[in-house]
Amino acid sequence: MPLLEIRKVSRRFGDLKALDDVSLSIEAGEFFTLVGPSGCGKTTLLRMIAGFDEPDDGELLLDGRLLAGISPEKRPVHTVFQSYALFPHLSVAQNVAFPLEMAGVGRDERRRRLAEALALVALTDKAERYPNELSGGQKQRVALARSLIDQPRVLLLDEPLAALDAKLREQIQGELIALQRKIGITFVFVTHSQQEALALSQRIAVMNQGRIEQIGAPAEIYNYPKNRFVADFIGTINLLPVEVREAAADHLRLFASGLGDLVGPPAATARPGQHGVLALRPEQVGIVAGVPAQELGNHFQGRVRDYLYLGDVTVYKVALDNGVIVEALVANSLPGPTRFLERGDPVGIAWRRDAGVYLHD
Amino acid sequence: MKRGAPGLWAAALSVYAFLYVPLAIVVLFSFNDSMLSAEWVGFTTRWYATLFADQQMLDAAANSLFIALSAASLSTVLGTMAGLAMARRRSAWLGGLPLLVLGPVAMPELLLGVSLLLFFRQVLDLTLGLLSILIAHVTFSIGFVAVVVRSSLAMLDESIFEAARDLGASSWQTFRHVTLPLIRPAVLAGFLMSFTLSIDDFVITFFVAGVGVTTLPLQIYSLIKVAVTPEINAVSTLLMALTLTLIALAAKLAPDALKGRL
Ligand SMILES: Nc1ncnc2c1ncn2[C@@H]1O[C@H](COP(=O)(O)OP(=O)(O)O)[C@@H](O)[C@H]1O
Ligand SMILES: [Mg+2]
Repeated sequence: MPLLEIRKVSRRFGDLKALDDVSLSIEAGEFFTLVGPSGCGKTTLLRMIAGFDEPDDGELLLDGRLLAGISPEKRPVHTVFQSYALFPHLSVAQNVAFPLEMAGVGRDERRRRLAEALALVALTDKAERYPNELSGGQKQRVALARSLIDQPRVLLLDEPLAALDAKLREQIQGELIALQRKIGITFVFVTHSQQEALALSQRIAVMNQGRIEQIGAPAEIYNYPKNRFVADFIGTINLLPVEVREAAADHLRLFASGLGDLVGPPAATARPGQHGVLALRPEQVGIVAGVPAQELGNHFQGRVRDYLYLGDVTVYKVALDNGVIVEALVANSLPGPTRFLERGDPVGIAWRRDAGVYLHD
Repeated sequence: MKRGAPGLWAAALSVYAFLYVPLAIVVLFSFNDSMLSAEWVGFTTRWYATLFADQQMLDAAANSLFIALSAASLSTVLGTMAGLAMARRRSAWLGGLPLLVLGPVAMPELLLGVSLLLFFRQVLDLTLGLLSILIAHVTFSIGFVAVVVRSSLAMLDESIFEAARDLGASSWQTFRHVTLPLIRPAVLAGFLMSFTLSIDDFVITFFVAGVGVTTLPLQIYSLIKVAVTPEINAVSTLLMALTLTLIALAAKLAPDALKGRL
């Protein structure tokens, strides 16, 4: 039985469908992420799990028990808010011990668990500080310790890293994964950053306009996006307009107007005559000066339109003969200064027959 | 540091002089050893002694204190509740609440006095006295408390109240452990302001006091109709000192209430 089950949940605000027939189940101990553009309904769903909102349709179950009508303070669920929501008049120790005090836990027990919780987030020496005396990262850790001290069944995190700068964010991502593994509490993490979702999660649900577009492990979502929204939202991707010529069990024959024939991986939904796109990750596209090697299966001519040097990699934008622009990612793995193909250089691009995903319109 | 133009300094000084010289004269002459307030004769505190021997004055002061304490307590409780409701403006009708509560604050005192008088006499058929004064004072003080409490709440991150519920606090525990400690300075400032407004009020009290009961401002007024005696200077000085102290205290509490904690 899943720990948390969301069944056909909908929520309307006036004409707006903030959640539209959302179903998902989360297993105990999972690090589960809801990702999607801002306004797609992530916070609305979290607030329902926490008990601050109720669905118009559908139901939520925790441990097989219906959550309807149970007030937030009675749910074994805690939230780490984006603003951290620390109590400004209480010290770090008082903030962290707050749930125990509300539950009437005895003094000795409280002290022992407070020490544990502070140690867990390495804030033992800051116990007497007040929230206004802490850095963003420290506040974040206080909020975590406060939400974990009474061991909830589920911890909800609503964009907890959005307010931190990039370097700190990366560091805390690592800490979060380690922390979750150590304590084994189920995390439901919300973010609009696909990078964060990929880096942190065991499973991801991609949301768009109140609907769930796809649920799966990070590598599954990245490599096999189910539709154009997911393909486009997660990572960068080239979308090459194609027409299906032949759908075989082990490959597809495709035709791109202005380019010619190409070969793609099999797709169950593809039918001859159908129009769609071949979605290709930039790192799957090879680029060479001059004429490309033939053995990869798909090779075309083009010219360098532009490039972006990112240090570890360089992203080339190549204009193909039919006007379509394809991004190719080149690892700068050779020692010494990188030598670039210049703008306007004729190049060849190539990719494997089994690379990419066919998505019909 | 930039220095202001001399002209500006002079202007500022004359404004302060305009405001405070009359007050200073009252204070000064309350220590003047002469029945006439015309010239300085010598220092004395005997007018204060006279004051504390004046039974009528003491009765008026006792009434004033009683009314001020009761009115301030009542308006603090009611005003705090109104302020909390205004800060949680979830429902549409609460949107109009600020205006309703602030009405008496902005209303000309004369109008408020007349309308309260009519209300007590014609509608409630109330005998004018301590109770009518008390109700009147509560009416004009609630708004001040509500506004101070609301603005102290507006400075807080709203999600801390949800966080409290989320972490297992009931509504009452949330109020007791989170809301109340955070608005306490504002509530106190509201109390002090209400107290000051009540103890100094003349116009509205004049309308609703009736015949039997008198307060300090009413008593002072009835005396100066005859003559401005040094005793009046003395009681005015005391009243002024009390008012200034309370206002200063309230001003210190309210804006600085949460400083260093947010
Ligand atoms: N209480 C509310 N009243 C009206 N509209 C709301 C309310 N809460 C959220 N919405 C709307 O619902 C949509 C989803 O919001 P939200 O769940 O906060 O999105 P996300 O967290 O994914 O950015 C948004 O368009 C938002 O404006
Ligand atoms: Mg959100």
